[in-house]
Amino acid sequence: MNSDKKELILAFETSCDETSVAVVENGEQILSNVIATQINSHKRFGGVVPEVASRHHIEQITLCLQDALSEAAVTYSDLDAVAVTYGPGLVGALLVGVAAAKAVAFAHDLPLIPVNHMAGHIYAARFVAPLEFPALALLVSGGHTELVYLPEPNRYEIVGETRDDAAGEAFDKVGRVLGLTYPAGKEIDELAHKGRDSFDFPRAMLQEDNYDFSFSGLKSAFINTVHHAQQVGQKLEKCDLAASFQQSVVDVLVTKTVRALHAFPVKQLILAGGVAANQGLRRALENELTHFNEVQLIKAPLFLCGDNAAMIGAAGYVAWKNDVSAGLDLNAEPSLEFPWVKGAVK
Amino acid sequence: MKILAIDTSNQPLSIALLEDERLLATTTTNYSKNHSATLMPQIASLMARVGLKPVDIDRIAVAQGPGSYTGLRIGVTTAKTLAFTLDKELVGVSSLAVLAKAVHCEGVVIVPLFDARRENVFAGIYQEKDGKLITLQSDQHVALNELCAELKKYQQVIFVGKDTKKFNAKISDMLMKQNVIFASSELNYPQAYVIGLLALRKCPVEIQNFVPNYLRLTQAEVQWKKKNNGSSFDEPLVEKI
Ligand SMILES: [Zn+2]
Repeated sequence: MNSDKKELILAFETSCDETSVAVVENGEQILSNVIATQINSHKRFGGVVPEVASRHHIEQITLCLQDALSEAAVTYSDLDAVAVTYGPGLVGALLVGVAAAKAVAFAHDLPLIPVNHMAGHIYAARFVAPLEFPALALLVSGGHTELVYLPEPNRYEIVGETRDDAAGEAFDKVGRVLGLTYPAGKEIDELAHKGRDSFDFPRAMLQEDNYDFSFSGLKSAFINTVHHAQQVGQKLEKCDLAASFQQSVVDVLVTKTVRALHAFPVKQLILAGGVAANQGLRRALENELTHFNEVQLIKAPLFLCGDNAAMIGAAGYVAWKNDVSAGLDLNAEPSLEFPWVKGAVK
Repeated sequence: MKILAIDTSNQPLSIALLEDERLLATTTTNYSKNHSATLMPQIASLMARVGLKPVDIDRIAVAQGPGSYTGLRIGVTTAKTLAFTLDKELVGVSSLAVLAKAVHCEGVVIVPLFDARRENVFAGIYQEKDGKLITLQSDQHVALNELCAELKKYQQVIFVGKDTKKFNAKISDMLMKQNVIFASSELNYPQAYVIGLLALRKCPVEIQNFVPNYLRLTQAEVQWKKKNNGSSFDEPLVEKI
C-alpha cells in the first residue's frame, strides 16, 4: 500500500439545523467544510422547528455540495467514499442528508459510510491532534450530554449520560427566562464571566455513585428563583444569575468527568459538542486536568464545536478503515445510541 | 432521451425508466411507507435489470407534490441530488397531475385528490383536450366543502385517487350524484411511467432552487406570520458561516 495516498471523503451532515457538506483528506485535513446555518429562521420560533429545518435542508443540500467540491477544488473522480450522519437527530432533517449521500454514492459508485453524529462530535478533536486510545470523551450539546469511553479506534461506549435535559437544552431554557435570544449559550457564557456564583443553585446527583447527569432540577431552581423575585418586585443581577447557573452546570460536568477519569484510566480526554465552546467549561476542565499528568486534554476547536460535516468526514474515515459501510437501503435512525460500557447499569 | 421517473409523494412508491415515450421498466409497490430505505435500492435494481448506468440517464423526473412532506423530501432530494451530481436535466411533475393524466377521458373535468386531514384535501382540477392535460385550477390545499362548491359549475366530474373512497359519500352528497364518477381503482395509484410521459413535454428546471410543492406553510410559520401581522423577517433565514 502506498502510504502517500490521499484518500478523500465527501461528508454530509443534516441532523439538526445546520446543512453541511465537507471534503476531508485522510480523516485529518479539512479541504472544505461548508455550513449553512438556519439559526435565524428558528430564532423566529424560539427553538428548532423540525418541519422548518427539514425544508431548509432540501433548499441547501446541493448548494452546499457544490461549494464543498469547488472550495476543495476536487471533482467526483477524486473522491474515495461518501460519509453521512444517519443518527441521532431529527428524522426529517437526517433523511435529506441520507438521501443526498446515497444519490452521490450510487451515481459515482462510491462506498457509503454511515456515521453516528456523536462519533462525529468526538472526531472534531481529531483536527487538533491524533486520537490515542483508550480515550474518554465528554460530549455536551443541545441534544446530548454524555461521557463516552473509546477503548480503541471506532469503538464507542457510554459511561454516563444525562437523565433528563441535555446541558445545552438547559442553557436555552434559562436563556429564555433571562429574555435572551435563542440560542443563548454564548451570551450566558459572556454574562457569567462578569458575574459571581452567588445563588448557590443545586448540583444534582453529585453524591450518586455513577457518571450520569441531571439538569432539570437546576433549571427549575433557576426558574423559581427568577419568578419569585419578579413576584416580590426584587431585581436580580443577570450576570450573577448566569454565573451561578453556569457554575452549577460546569461543576456537575467536571466532577463526573473527573470521577470517570479515575475509573477509566485513559491517555486522552476529549471535550466536544456545541456546549464545548463554553469558556467556563473549557477553563474548568483545563484546571482539573493539571491533576492528571498522564492525560492529555483535547478540546474540539471552537469552529468545529457546532454541527459540521468535517467532523463526520473524520469519524467516517476511521469507520471506513474499520470496514464499516452501508448499502443503499441506509435509513435515518433518529434515536441512534452508542452501546453502554460493559458492566454499567443504565 | 432516457428518463428516470420517481414518485414517492404518498404511500405508493413508483419508479420508471423510459426511452422517450417507450417504457423500459417500471416498478410500483404499495406495502410500506419506508421510502427512505427502499427508493435507492429499487432505482439501482431497476437500472441494473435494463443494463443502464447512472450516467446513461438524460433526465430525471419526480413527483414534486403535493403529498406527504417526508415522502416528497425523499423523492425530491434523491432526484435533485442525482441530477446535480450527474449533471443531468431535472423536471418536476405535479403528483396530482399524474393521476389525472392516467384517466384519459377527453373533455371531462378530472379531479385528483389526496386526503390532507380535517376535511381538507390536496386537489387540482384538470381536463384532457386533444390528448393534452390542461390545468383548469392549480393544485391547492382546500376544504372539501369549498372544492365541491367550486365543482358545482361542471356537468360531470371524475374523481381519482385512492383517498376518494373515504369522501365518496360526502362528495355524492354535496354534488349532484348523477354528475359524479369515481375512477376505477386501477387508476388510483400513481404510475411513474406517466410522470416520465408528462416530463417529456416539460422544460428542465434550475436544480439548485428545486424544492417540493408542499402547498402549505408549516404551522410554526403560519403562527409567526399571524403574530407579526404578515410582515416578513429581515434577516436571511439561512446563512453560510
Ligand atoms: Zn450535534
